[in-house]
Amino acid sequence: MQIPAQFDYVRASTIDNAIALLDKHGEEARVVAGGHSLLPMMKLRLARPEWLIDINDLFELDFILPEATRLRVGAMTRHSALLGSADVARLFPIVIDAERVIADPIVRNRGTIGGSLCQADPAEDLATVCDVLRAEAIVRGPGGGRILSMDEFHKGPYETSLAHNELLVEIRFPVRPRSGSAYEKVERRVGDWAVVAAGAAVSLAEDGTVDDVAIGLTAVGLDGTIDEAETVLRGQQPTEELFEEAGRLAAMASLPVADQRGPVDYKRHLADELTRRVLRRACERALAAQSTTTQEG
Amino acid sequence: MQISMTVNGDEITREIEPRVLLVHFIRDDLRLTGTHWGCDTSNCGTCVVLMDGVPVKSCTVLAAMADGRAITTVEGLASGTTLDPVQQGFMEEHGLQCGFCTPGMMLTARALLDQNPHPDDTEIREAISGQICRCTGYATIVRSVKWAADHPAVEEIAGEEVPA
Repeated sequence: MQIPAQFDYVRASTIDNAIALLDKHGEEARVVAGGHSLLPMMKLRLARPEWLIDINDLFELDFILPEATRLRVGAMTRHSALLGSADVARLFPIVIDAERVIADPIVRNRGTIGGSLCQADPAEDLATVCDVLRAEAIVRGPGGGRILSMDEFHKGPYETSLAHNELLVEIRFPVRPRSGSAYEKVERRVGDWAVVAAGAAVSLAEDGTVDDVAIGLTAVGLDGTIDEAETVLRGQQPTEELFEEAGRLAAMASLPVADQRGPVDYKRHLADELTRRVLRRACERALAAQSTTTQEG
Repeated sequence: MQISMTVNGDEITREIEPRVLLVHFIRDDLRLTGTHWGCDTSNCGTCVVLMDGVPVKSCTVLAAMADGRAITTVEGLASGTTLDPVQQGFMEEHGLQCGFCTPGMMLTARALLDQNPHPDDTEIREAISGQICRCTGYATIVRSVKWAADHPAVEEIAGEEVPA
């Protein structure tokens, strides 16, 4: 029987209350959202917080709000809500691609986007998704708020730049015209962590060349996006040859380690192949978005 | 700490340690042993209960997190001597063999049918994809849920008492 070590439990009533509780209890306090990463770690005694601050009553952090130039998502938004959102599907199909393969439907009923990002597991799918969409993390602390890029937010495996008394409250995704995005993951069985996964977001210029592109890989030791693979596509008409070259460069940049999910050469092969696939699909989706825009215009 | 919640329609209040998991609270404190305790790692789904109508894996929810919520366990599916159509469906279509996964399967099926009264096979399989059955190969479970979808009216079981 796996039972967490002893702790004191308190349920936050407001965002300010949660921050005050974090401030009061210091480094020994942890926030619990959906709890599907933290509680398993506590059951294995890999995490032993003295205080658990439950933010499940902060319904004000559970929202998906499309605005003209961005999509705002509250940190307590459940995976199931993201997966069911028509706005998310229309603006960022990569999120739907990823959510479909995160754990299983019942875990997705509890797990949250904010919890996933704060857990910062190196195999976390939404971290790659947020990286390639160039999302921003909105963080609140006792002294007010700050806005962090994903590079600034993520410091490494299981580590973020949140201070002990700060709370991730919102994630903002910039909306770009003529853009498409995609995510694909190879897993040993349904609901598992990725062996390798890839994500890409592409924005096209009016002449169909690549205006901006971001490529990210999950579970191969990389933080952030892969500039050397993106460079070959920028300013170019997207072609199968360029996808191949980007895949090759992404695989070279990756730093996989052999483990129970596979050897290094297999993971590098996946990084190459999955990068090509997500670039292809992201460009197809960007072209579809472009034709929709043209028809509407 | 003290927690209060509604379990199968009954208001209950108990004194617990904050570290008690919901599955153990339900089984050991409330003695509702229909909720099974399986893998302990939120993989197998036999511990699924409904929290405010939503299926959750109770091995990965603290009892404290259920404070103020409404919990439905498998014991709450039937009303009196009338089985839930999902329970009847598992009988009609042989949706269980050993029965270990059955409580979780039935609660997920109930939640699915509440949201989507006429799911197709793909939707049923997706809904139960976080739950493991080692007996049926899932085929009879899918048929059981379809039976329940086709028979939404609750039916009295003639002459049989449902054990309390």
